[in-house]
Amino acid sequence: MSIEIEGISKSFGTFAALKNVSLKVPSGELVALLGPSGSGKTSLLRIIAGLESPDSGRILFDGEEATKRQVQERQVGFVFQHYALFRHMTVFDNIAFGLTVKPKKSRPGKAEIRDKVHNLLKLIQLENLADRYPAQLSGGQRQRVALARALAVEPQVLLLDEPFGALDAKVRLELRRWLRRLHDEIHVTSVFVTHDQEEALEVADRIVVMNEGRIEQEGTPSEVYDRPATPFVYDFLGSVNLFHGRVHEGTAQMAGLDLSSPENASAQHAPAVGYVRSHDIAIERDGNGSGAIKAEVRYLLSVGPLVRVDLVLSGSDRTIEAELPRDEADRLQLQVGEQVYARPRKMRVFVEDYQI
Amino acid sequence: MGRGKNNVLPGFTPALGYTIFYLSLIVLIPLSALFFKTATLTWGDFVAAVTAPRVLASYRVTFGASLAAAVINGFFGVLVAWVLVRYRFPGKKLIDALVDLPFALPTAVAGITLASIYSQNGWLGRYLEPRGIKVAFTPLGIAVAMVFIGLPFVVRTVQPVLEELDQEIEEAASCLGANRWQTFRRVLLPTMLPAILTGFALSFARAVGEYGSIIFIAGNMPMVSEITPLLIITKLEQYDYAGATAIATVMLVVSFFMLLCINLLQKWSRCFAE
Amino acid sequence: MVGNGLHKKERKGATVTEPAWVRWLLISVALAFLALFLVLPLAAVFTQALEKGWEAYLAALTEPDTISAIRLTLITAAVCVPLNLFFGIVAAWAIAKFSFPGKSFLITLIDLPFSVSPVVSGLIYVLIFGLQGWLGPRLQEHDIKIIFAVPGIILATIFVTFPFIARELIPLMEAQGREEEEAALTLGASGLQTFLRVTFPNIKWGILYGVILCNARAMGEFGAVSVVSGHVRGSTNTIPLQVEILYNEYSYAAAFAVASLLALLALVTLAVKTVSEWKMQQTITAAETER
Repeated sequence: MSIEIEGISKSFGTFAALKNVSLKVPSGELVALLGPSGSGKTSLLRIIAGLESPDSGRILFDGEEATKRQVQERQVGFVFQHYALFRHMTVFDNIAFGLTVKPKKSRPGKAEIRDKVHNLLKLIQLENLADRYPAQLSGGQRQRVALARALAVEPQVLLLDEPFGALDAKVRLELRRWLRRLHDEIHVTSVFVTHDQEEALEVADRIVVMNEGRIEQEGTPSEVYDRPATPFVYDFLGSVNLFHGRVHEGTAQMAGLDLSSPENASAQHAPAVGYVRSHDIAIERDGNGSGAIKAEVRYLLSVGPLVRVDLVLSGSDRTIEAELPRDEADRLQLQVGEQVYARPRKMRVFVEDYQI
Repeated sequence: MGRGKNNVLPGFTPALGYTIFYLSLIVLIPLSALFFKTATLTWGDFVAAVTAPRVLASYRVTFGASLAAAVINGFFGVLVAWVLVRYRFPGKKLIDALVDLPFALPTAVAGITLASIYSQNGWLGRYLEPRGIKVAFTPLGIAVAMVFIGLPFVVRTVQPVLEELDQEIEEAASCLGANRWQTFRRVLLPTMLPAILTGFALSFARAVGEYGSIIFIAGNMPMVSEITPLLIITKLEQYDYAGATAIATVMLVVSFFMLLCINLLQKWSRCFAE
Repeated sequence: MVGNGLHKKERKGATVTEPAWVRWLLISVALAFLALFLVLPLAAVFTQALEKGWEAYLAALTEPDTISAIRLTLITAAVCVPLNLFFGIVAAWAIAKFSFPGKSFLITLIDLPFSVSPVVSGLIYVLIFGLQGWLGPRLQEHDIKIIFAVPGIILATIFVTFPFIARELIPLMEAQGREEEEAALTLGASGLQTFLRVTFPNIKWGILYGVILCNARAMGEFGAVSVVSGHVRGSTNTIPLQVEILYNEYSYAAAFAVASLLALLALVTLAVKTVSEWKMQQTITAAETER
């Protein structure tokens, strides 16, 4: 089922959580709502579920108006951040709940419910824990039970609020790969909220980046990562260095370099900000040719397979950060205090009034 | 937790409506009757009724004994809470449960029991009276009954605060060179103070309004050991509705004032809570 | 108003503590104080009740006036507790699961009867329904008796026990949050199904706790009932009033025999209260570990 969101606004008191947000989620896709806390992503998810009602705007499911539909009638599966498992019910009863509250007419028989729950338990690989209570499960197991419970009613849409937020790093990694595989199997339209860019990039078919109640950009993970539409998106996805300078008719001047910036061809001596990802900065021993900035190594830090290098630009006290693969760093044999050249391989320039 | 009124859970309007309806019917309208009745008195009559010598004497007895009882409860209540939270000893669970006895034991039962224990031939009275300590039928007896009914308030407000206190705070204090008494005086006591004062105020407020457990042990001598609630009943029995109402209004205003103090104290104690 | 022990936890491995002699001194003083003020009176009730032997004890309990007092007390509790239970659940639902302006003021108003002297609680009903009161003359025309009759006793008891159950349920339901109910709704449960199958199992021990305290107070209330009852033997006397009458007539053994019933009730109340507190603590801990 496809979801269309048309001009949704929502305020809590004086705080505007969503400002005229519109979005289309095509049927069968797995979409991530990505943003910092307070960006409105959870509010949007709750409005889709019917747990919150918008101040204005419409929600359409498969082109049909659903704004006024009660939460019970929306046929959404919602996985809560803290799972919201019923703590007085066993795993089995939790998963069966949605089936047992159906009106008598459409309620499946006992045997049918049992089969269905057992199939779901198999799907989440917890077949032998059917009689446990939520308190006796680990975080990752609870998360999977919450998912199975939501899936039991065969929802048209699956909504997940920070599904991996409360788990530790390793379980989180496993579970999100599992979710991706699960989605490939069952293909239910899914929307999940996260503040973790890596999670969004790895799991989602499409990413919607949100900030301060607005959508900054939507697109496939590679579109969003490689061609950020706004400085905010650049900043939010991956670590990034900022350069201040000017742009004039497609050429930007930043930190003493002349860089081509074709997307700003019409700019006239405009103040501008350049963004360079840390891993897009190359470090060279000798500054042959143009396009490199003289800098001093301030600090070196090995982080797993990467080496982080803090550089101070010569003639200023500005610091930039570069990330090199371990073998590259080993080859350069960098020392703290020595002079090197930093070459931005890719820079994205935004005219200043875009600045947030 | 709440996210505004547009909450999807059903039933808010009828639930709130019924709450306000039942509250008004049972509590607010009957209480307002007291003020309307008082308003029919002239100011002069009202003042005369609430400042008659016998009434003033009853205030002295009631508030004086309540204050004394609250002080005793403040001290022993903290001690009991401390012992229950900090130390292990046999029968602790039972004693912890028993602390609530004054909540559960009907006041009339407490009243006749205390009166009989402290009377001339009672279990304690027979040892105290020969030494010149007369408890039953004196203001001292009133205070004893008030200690009984007020004890759980202090224990039960201080206890959770002590339980929540982080052991690390004390460890930090002792690492910084404080001895045990200094740690208690300078670190623990200030943290417990809002709870102690709240418990003190609750115990005082309860004692001021108490009737059942006191009248049996008080002796009820006008001017000496007559408490204000009893005076209200005496006036009612004499069909002096105006007098009873006027005194009741004073009591009610005192209750409201105490309630306000307690609310403020609780707000203060929440400042320390995480 | 008073912490109900929802946050009890054992302290383990206290390395920083007092010297042993200080510990034992403090324990001894505290226990001596409790023995003097709690244990001694409790022991006294039962000792004095049985002073004249079992036969006299049973005779005192089966005396017709006492039987009728027991009946009236049971009727009063049977009316008051369900009414206040229904109110408590409804009020806690509105207050704990929703946010609205004036909420803390509403909670203060619900608490009011706790801080009003029992005597004043009785008096206000006399002022409304008594012969000199607002509705008194009109009630008399229709020959309806409220004050110095059973309805007055029930009304005064409802007033004094009004906050008990709401008071217990509000913090309990607030601590449990709204997510489980929301989850039930997204799974298609109706409002009633959500309450019965999700909310109720989570608060049942809190309900028991509130009911048992409400019941203890309803059966034991003295001051308020004393004002409105009129003390008519065999018809408007509750157990506590019967105790008073017997005591004032110097039938001490009989007074204590009847009082021992209430003391037993108090002990049962404490036992049930302790168990339900423990159970509530478990549900709260379960809620917390899920976060």
